[in-house]
Amino acid sequence: MEDVQMIHLKINNLPVSVPKGTKILQAAQSIGIDIPHLCFHPDQRAKARCRICSVEVVGNRRLLAACSTEVWEGMEVFTDSQIVRDTQVGILQLIMADHDKNCLTCARNHRCELQELCARFNIQIPNVPDVTKDRKAENTNPSIVRNPAKCIKCGRCVRVCKDTQGIEALTYASRSDDLIVTTPYNLSMEKTDCTLCGQCSLVCPTGAIVEKDDTQVVLNALQDPNTHVIVQVAPAVRVALGDAFGYESGAIVTGQMVTALKMLGFDRVFDTNFSADLTIMEEGSELLHRIQNGGVMPMLTSCSPGWINFIEKHYPQLLPHLSTAKSPMSMFGAISKTYYAKQAGVPVKNIFTVAIMPCTAKKFEAARPEMGRDGMRDVDAVLTTREFIKLIRYVGLSFKDLPESEFDSPLGTGSGAGAIFGATGGVMEAALRTVYEKVTGKEAQPLEFHDVRGFAGVKEATYDLGVRKVKVAVCHTLLNARKMMDRLEKGECDYDFIEIMACPGGCIGGGGQPYDTTNEVRKKRIEALYEIDKGLPYRKSHENPDIITLYKDFLGEPLSDTSHHLLHTDYHQVHKLYEFE
Amino acid sequence: MGNEATFITKNFGKYDPMSIDSYLSIGGYSALKRAISMDGEDIASKIAEAKVKGRGGAAYDMGRKWSQSRGIKAPHKVVICNADEGETCTFKDREIITHDPFNLIEAITICGYTVNAQDAYIYMREEYRHLRPRILNAIKQAEEKGFLGDRILGTDFSFRIHLYSGAGAYVCGEGTALIRSIEGKAGRPRMKPPFMKVSGLFALPTCVNNVESFAIVPHLLMDDKREYVSYGSGESLGTKLICLGGNVRRPGVYEIPFGTTVRDIIFDLGQGIPGGHSLRLIQFGGASGKVADSRILDTPYTYDDLKKAGVTVGSGSVLVIDDRTSVLDFLRMTQDFFSEESCGQCTPCREGNLHIKLILAKMARSEATQADIREMTKIAKIMSISSLCGLGESAQNALLSAMKVFPETFELGGEN
Amino acid sequence: MATENAPEFVITDELARKIDRVLDEHEHDATQIVGVLLDVQDLIDQQYVPQSVAFYVAQKLPIKVSVIYDCLTFYSALSPTPRAKYPVQVCRSIACKVNGSDSLLDTVKKILGVEPGEVTYDGRFTIEEVSCFGACDVAPAIRINGTVYGHLDTTEKVRAVLEKFMQGGGQYGE
Repeated sequence: MEDVQMIHLKINNLPVSVPKGTKILQAAQSIGIDIPHLCFHPDQRAKARCRICSVEVVGNRRLLAACSTEVWEGMEVFTDSQIVRDTQVGILQLIMADHDKNCLTCARNHRCELQELCARFNIQIPNVPDVTKDRKAENTNPSIVRNPAKCIKCGRCVRVCKDTQGIEALTYASRSDDLIVTTPYNLSMEKTDCTLCGQCSLVCPTGAIVEKDDTQVVLNALQDPNTHVIVQVAPAVRVALGDAFGYESGAIVTGQMVTALKMLGFDRVFDTNFSADLTIMEEGSELLHRIQNGGVMPMLTSCSPGWINFIEKHYPQLLPHLSTAKSPMSMFGAISKTYYAKQAGVPVKNIFTVAIMPCTAKKFEAARPEMGRDGMRDVDAVLTTREFIKLIRYVGLSFKDLPESEFDSPLGTGSGAGAIFGATGGVMEAALRTVYEKVTGKEAQPLEFHDVRGFAGVKEATYDLGVRKVKVAVCHTLLNARKMMDRLEKGECDYDFIEIMACPGGCIGGGGQPYDTTNEVRKKRIEALYEIDKGLPYRKSHENPDIITLYKDFLGEPLSDTSHHLLHTDYHQVHKLYEFE
Repeated sequence: MGNEATFITKNFGKYDPMSIDSYLSIGGYSALKRAISMDGEDIASKIAEAKVKGRGGAAYDMGRKWSQSRGIKAPHKVVICNADEGETCTFKDREIITHDPFNLIEAITICGYTVNAQDAYIYMREEYRHLRPRILNAIKQAEEKGFLGDRILGTDFSFRIHLYSGAGAYVCGEGTALIRSIEGKAGRPRMKPPFMKVSGLFALPTCVNNVESFAIVPHLLMDDKREYVSYGSGESLGTKLICLGGNVRRPGVYEIPFGTTVRDIIFDLGQGIPGGHSLRLIQFGGASGKVADSRILDTPYTYDDLKKAGVTVGSGSVLVIDDRTSVLDFLRMTQDFFSEESCGQCTPCREGNLHIKLILAKMARSEATQADIREMTKIAKIMSISSLCGLGESAQNALLSAMKVFPETFELGGEN
Repeated sequence: MATENAPEFVITDELARKIDRVLDEHEHDATQIVGVLLDVQDLIDQQYVPQSVAFYVAQKLPIKVSVIYDCLTFYSALSPTPRAKYPVQVCRSIACKVNGSDSLLDTVKKILGVEPGEVTYDGRFTIEEVSCFGACDVAPAIRINGTVYGHLDTTEKVRAVLEKFMQGGGQYGE
């Protein structure tokens, strides 16, 4: 191993040694000093534009930005001198003056990085007058609400949209105090290249970009005695929810989560892991069908709604590659309004199906006209993990003290394969476990497909199914998806099956997950999902007893007419605002 | 006139700026021919010996800059000619491009040879759009004669010059904003490091110089009689183009020997203030420059003397304001400029300029309190020490210097 | 915002061809977007880059339309909203101001009958207050489509300049 060169410096007269290349911000963190910061985000290149991390470095007339300045040997830093305090507090006051301060009714109330800094610096009387401009909120789609009056121009959203997702739906515009973050020609989000992935809402430090709040819709349904409210929870939620209640990142809180949902008043608490298994049954069968019948190859997964929005808008010519299988959420919705209604003896119109998802785009997916029948939606409301946290707080549950409970039956059992859907590579691995066995007639050894695991942007592997080899690829983030689609267009993808997730790390890193979801946190959540998988009695979708019963009693077999009717869909080109020849 | 020199401007009016033959007939391209027989390091030394400092405003030692650029080993390096002079009352580069475009092209080529670059980019402000044909013509004719392109003058040195246009943004005069603009983006500065000489345009090592800085070089290489260094003294050798404007009878660009007094600049070259008005203040070096009152008149115009007097050379502008304009009105005009031209990305500059503008307006309405003045001073200081780029750092130079020179403007009657 | 409901600017075949030529001249090089937009803006009567044209350039160059919009709103010589055939740019910086640019602006307003930012009824003129364009030696000055007119210290001189751009005498202000 190469020796890392250590740099020795002093921060507030305390000696510190950190590896060469460390920034002042992290060097200070290493000795327990938190330098205030806003535009800084651990997963993004330093921007150094909010300037609130300005610190004094001996020998420099100007203050230096701690987020972007590398330490050097013998550096002497002061993070708490008079000039530093005056500057940091002064900058904070300048930001406040240009920020819509209706904190009490803000979606980010109590969970706002700007609010935290104002509390920290104990700003009681602002020194400078309010200079906010009249900027209206944009609330035109089912997923994302933008509130430019709360924007502090930190640029995190612009960065994630461009650098992580390669979309660039958001941009800066104008200059000086007119500078804003907006869309081209201030178009509403859905008219831009936006896929509603919500990563912008995840990195925004304030309430300038948030998910469309549906908590009240759900609370109302729960209060209605004539409504039978059922809920499904995505695999990625149970390894993220704990973050908001004092657990370590990656903590598995499935049991408490189920208890909380029951205490919230849901009539039945079910598991999206169940319908993830169902997805594997259908999607896996579709893959085999395509292979055996010379269908369009490679086949692309269709679980991630940000990804679906992306391909429909940007690569409509490749839609035939997309699996026709609905996502686990929508499959659950369809089953809940048919099979379950019959089983439970509840009139379909009285059933209100809620989905708790790590995702903002799921709100859009649930609102698609094709995801329902007879004018009724299959999924009536989608809450993000963050909204779920709000509901738990709303009813005053002390989450950490809750006992554990089990999901209800019959849509509450999920296999380990369903559990790992939340991680990049998880859908692929789940599919391989089943497909391998269907084709070869024996269980894969080992059962785990490690080549498709991990945080690499693009992973590929080849597996021998005896009769034939399958070559697969897995990618996450839309930037990688675009690269993959460009290759596919050029005929450079000799894969059989490609899994694509819009968000970094897959659903565990989704745009609706708790704030502070960073790549480090994402990795811990991925580990947690594999942990859940290992501990489950069934680790292959086709072994899930509830799935077996569902097919026996209702669907017949994968790709049956009923399956096609309820569990498959087709995709359509979404035309861009302008298309020129 | 003893206060004027003709070293940098010696070609002005001597040839047809649209004709390379005309330029060659007055000895054009002798400097490039000489340069390619020299070692690059010697060219840089020659500039260093003459103590030429960058004429864009930062006054960085130019010979040192070229030598450092030379020292960076990379297969592809670029030169940038910053022709985005956007400081108020600054129009000297316009004169050079208008009257002597070939000298500029020759100088950029010499720089390319010296620092081992392959490409140069001239970034010219949109406001000088009418001069584009002049530069494009000069580039084209130089290519035709073999002074640009592949294997220049039979050597291994190949070099191309590209012309890029700004589109009305003062901040693009800042190096990192300028490169972003050439890269096809809005010209918002980025943090440094990385420094331009290491990673600039398209992440290539980049050597940026101002038009006037370039313009000196060919003349200096041919200056066997050591005329240039005979002007001025100390750290301020040679001559300087100044842009005289505001309330003077004869505004314009003048080439002065360093050491000419401010009085001679205003009252001899500029022929004084019209209409019998008296001097209120002088702003040196553009909108980002500092101000002085009549006490500076007998100061020699040199880097050191101006610095001692509390101002800087900056862009080379000398803006004269007479007694019809109050200090406050002057500051408000300067503030309007920065409130328009801040790129807006960093908090201190975006919000600070806005608040200072509001407080100055309050002063004009006689509604400001001492608390407002204190707040304004605090914001100005925060801007100067914590902004992302030089624009925010220097935007309040006028205000902060005026507070020292004209304290009475900031003494308000009344409480607080 | 207003742009969303504005009547759609239609790209004629002729304009499309001209834009294509501009893109060719700039070698479809996305780094040259600022120059491309300046040239494209010149092709449009009201000296701006309409939404449809921005999307056209974005698709053909190609470049993200976000970058185009950022540039259009960042650079003062570019505009995403209609200007006029002859934007009259009045320098509002110091050297011009202390040489009477206030009264120059008043004169222009009076002759054209519009305030800064407004467009004359026939779409020919608009008044723009701009930062220093480097004509301080001929202050006070205005600039119309790239040409500077200096020493405009009397109403007659201003009128003489503006009349060059008027059709049939022009019935505007006064």
